[in-house]
Amino acid sequence: MSQEKSHISSYQSHVFVLLALLALTAISVAVTTLELGRLDTLVAMLIAATKAAIVLVWFMHLKFDNKLYAIFTVLVLVVFLLVLYVTFFDYSYR
Amino acid sequence: MEKNAEHTHVHRDDEGDKLGMWLFIFTELLLFGMLFLIYAVYRYRNPVAFQLGGEEVDVFIGTLNTVLLLVSSATVAMSISAIQKGLKKHALVFLGITLLIALVFLVNKYFEWGAKIEYGFYPGGEALLELGHGTILFFGLYYVMTGIHALHILIGIGLFIYVFQQIRADKIHSTDYIWLENTGLYWHLVDIIWIFLFPLFYLIH
Amino acid sequence: MSESTKSNHTSFLEYKGKYRGILGWILSTDHKRIGLLYLYTMLVFFSVAAILGLLMKIQLIAPGHTIMGPATYNAMFTMHGIIMIFIIVVPGLPAVFGNFFLPLMIGAKDVAFPKLNLASWWIYVIGILIVLTSQFLGDGPPDTGWTFYAPYSFQTPANIVPALVGAFVLGFSSILTGINFVVTIHRLRTPGMTWFKMPLFPWTLYATAWIQILATPVIGITLLLTVMERTLGVGIFDPALGGDPILYQHLFWIYSHPAVYIMILPGLGVISEIIPVFSRKRIFGYKAIVLSSLAIAFVGYFVWGHHMFTSGMSGRALFAFSFLTFLVAIPSAVKVFNWVATMYKGSLIFQTPFFWAVSFIFVFMIGGFSGLTLGSLATNVHLHDTHFVVAHFHFIVFGGTGFSFLAAIHYWFPKMFGRMFDASWANIGWVVFFAGFLTLYLPMFSLGIMGMPRRYYDYLPEFHAANILSSLGAMLMIAGAMIIIVNLVRSARYGKKTNEKNPWGGKTLEWQADTPPTLENWEEIPEVTEKPYEY
Repeated sequence: MSQEKSHISSYQSHVFVLLALLALTAISVAVTTLELGRLDTLVAMLIAATKAAIVLVWFMHLKFDNKLYAIFTVLVLVVFLLVLYVTFFDYSYR
Repeated sequence: MEKNAEHTHVHRDDEGDKLGMWLFIFTELLLFGMLFLIYAVYRYRNPVAFQLGGEEVDVFIGTLNTVLLLVSSATVAMSISAIQKGLKKHALVFLGITLLIALVFLVNKYFEWGAKIEYGFYPGGEALLELGHGTILFFGLYYVMTGIHALHILIGIGLFIYVFQQIRADKIHSTDYIWLENTGLYWHLVDIIWIFLFPLFYLIH
Repeated sequence: MSESTKSNHTSFLEYKGKYRGILGWILSTDHKRIGLLYLYTMLVFFSVAAILGLLMKIQLIAPGHTIMGPATYNAMFTMHGIIMIFIIVVPGLPAVFGNFFLPLMIGAKDVAFPKLNLASWWIYVIGILIVLTSQFLGDGPPDTGWTFYAPYSFQTPANIVPALVGAFVLGFSSILTGINFVVTIHRLRTPGMTWFKMPLFPWTLYATAWIQILATPVIGITLLLTVMERTLGVGIFDPALGGDPILYQHLFWIYSHPAVYIMILPGLGVISEIIPVFSRKRIFGYKAIVLSSLAIAFVGYFVWGHHMFTSGMSGRALFAFSFLTFLVAIPSAVKVFNWVATMYKGSLIFQTPFFWAVSFIFVFMIGGFSGLTLGSLATNVHLHDTHFVVAHFHFIVFGGTGFSFLAAIHYWFPKMFGRMFDASWANIGWVVFFAGFLTLYLPMFSLGIMGMPRRYYDYLPEFHAANILSSLGAMLMIAGAMIIIVNLVRSARYGKKTNEKNPWGGKTLEWQADTPPTLENWEEIPEVTEKPYEY
């Protein structure tokens, strides 16, 4: 069932994705030696989010699979970020 | 059980199985999400202690483990590509590499934790209790979050062994590989969690 | 049954599989048998927890020590809460009626993962057993209340860890059921049943299942952290080590407020099924009910802070949570409006399920309005942790989930057991129970306004009169519950047999299946062309 449509990624494409992830890791490690102060956290989190997105889209096949999974993933992330945001209504103003 | 006896054909729905796996991944995301929330709150309240805490952690082992997990994510993805193409041998090799890397990750973790525990740097440990509240929280979270993550690595290893056997026994093959695919999804989730744990505990300071 | 059925298919109740006797039940992957397994398990534990509740009310019939001291009282309200919340109302309707009727209502043969479904029940039973060990092992039963608030939960010498671990395991069961239902609804709807032709009970189960998936892990990790706090002293919630106990409350309620919607949403679904059938009228505003279910599930996720108005949150957070709380009342009100509009000018049929459904609306309204009282900041400060809160959540959780559960079991009883319940005893039970319920909980509102705090075994003499009334109400309500339970159990065994597929004249798919359904539900998968509830 439902096998016929599934997308097969080539080995090369996985290697490219891996190289991108490793490059981002290297950048992330390098940036912390720059002592950016408060920007440090922001940059590190942005890089991590990019890496996670790459894993989701290519390794976890969100790009090729049923769009439903992508929609759900985004919704779940929105719920989580809103929970985080609402929690900080308390902590940022205490 | 008694149903299967009655069924003329066994109900199979790969797409449904995958949806189930994704839903499970969402529960995991929320579970770790709450740990990240706790981390965010305490980092916000103890910025200096968390900064100093980050300098106490071994960046080399952290980076090494990050690279290892990323490579293992690629190999498990390649193993799925291989099985889709019907290349059983390739699939087994890639899966074997993934399994091996998962084990190495845990060995590294053992040494990393071991070095700290030796100095009394663990929850309730004397050296840690002498330090300030922020540091206690940093290391409390460090052990809890990397510990629960390591538990997931352990479960992943169990899954890999099972799937490896199934491929060898031709139970998983080019037209029925949902078990491998879902195990892969699980492993990528474990990778994603680490992608965030790594900067939070090892990098930013 | 088999002697009178036309086809040679036997009903699921009499089907003989690989296993015989009780094994044929506890190892069955048939969704209908699993639903009944949950029902029987819950019946046992509901009785236990209801007796605990009755004992507490007897203690409160007079000030001072009547039948128990403070320590026993603390242990009792803790156990009453843990059983009622984690074992009864959270799994409640989805586990019993969701399992039994979701596949029937969407024209499927079973849920998506039958083995996982059986595993859920087993995990549920294991969770219960772990919780129960907390009563008998270690240094005395838990006395924290079902909320396990930090820091007391890791300071009390009582045996908390098994209760925490048990609740964690029960959460697992809940997550697996949620995953099962979402996949079932996505993948196994019968041909022609588009999303907006799906009946409303499955819709509410869908919304509920999402909350189970996204909220339950939050309590899981929170309970786990509390276990670690007790055993390892990680300091995350311990103020002595820098932790913030209020963060525990945040995390606890991030789950436990949505959990209230896990409890109530399927109940709203049941009422939405019963009202059109007994009004012989199309449901008013089908889409509005669907959307309000989804809206409740979503907005309900962000209102948790209203449990913590007096805990010391920032002023901004207070405003935000109060506002969001008022927001979530809107979709609930939409539903009530739609039910009443459905009944308007309908040909009402006055039978037991309808009585339960209408009384549900009544108690749900009282529960909802008292919720708004608690959701506004000024009144909350006065009412927080008083008996007003106890009355409010019993009106919602017991009045809401309990009444809809009883509505559901009377509505679907003939389909489930192939027998009819004794209608006159069922109606007597309803009258006695309803009267007892109001006598028990209404006085608590005024007790709370007068300032009687909750969770104390003792009170000031000026509260005596209302407490006597309330305690007598408790006895009346338990009498009503006994009439209902005895009547249902008797009817399930000796009631008048019926093979009538559709005794109430319902339009949803489950009424097209055999009574009781066969193992695979359908000889031919039914096809759907029109919306449900077209009268």
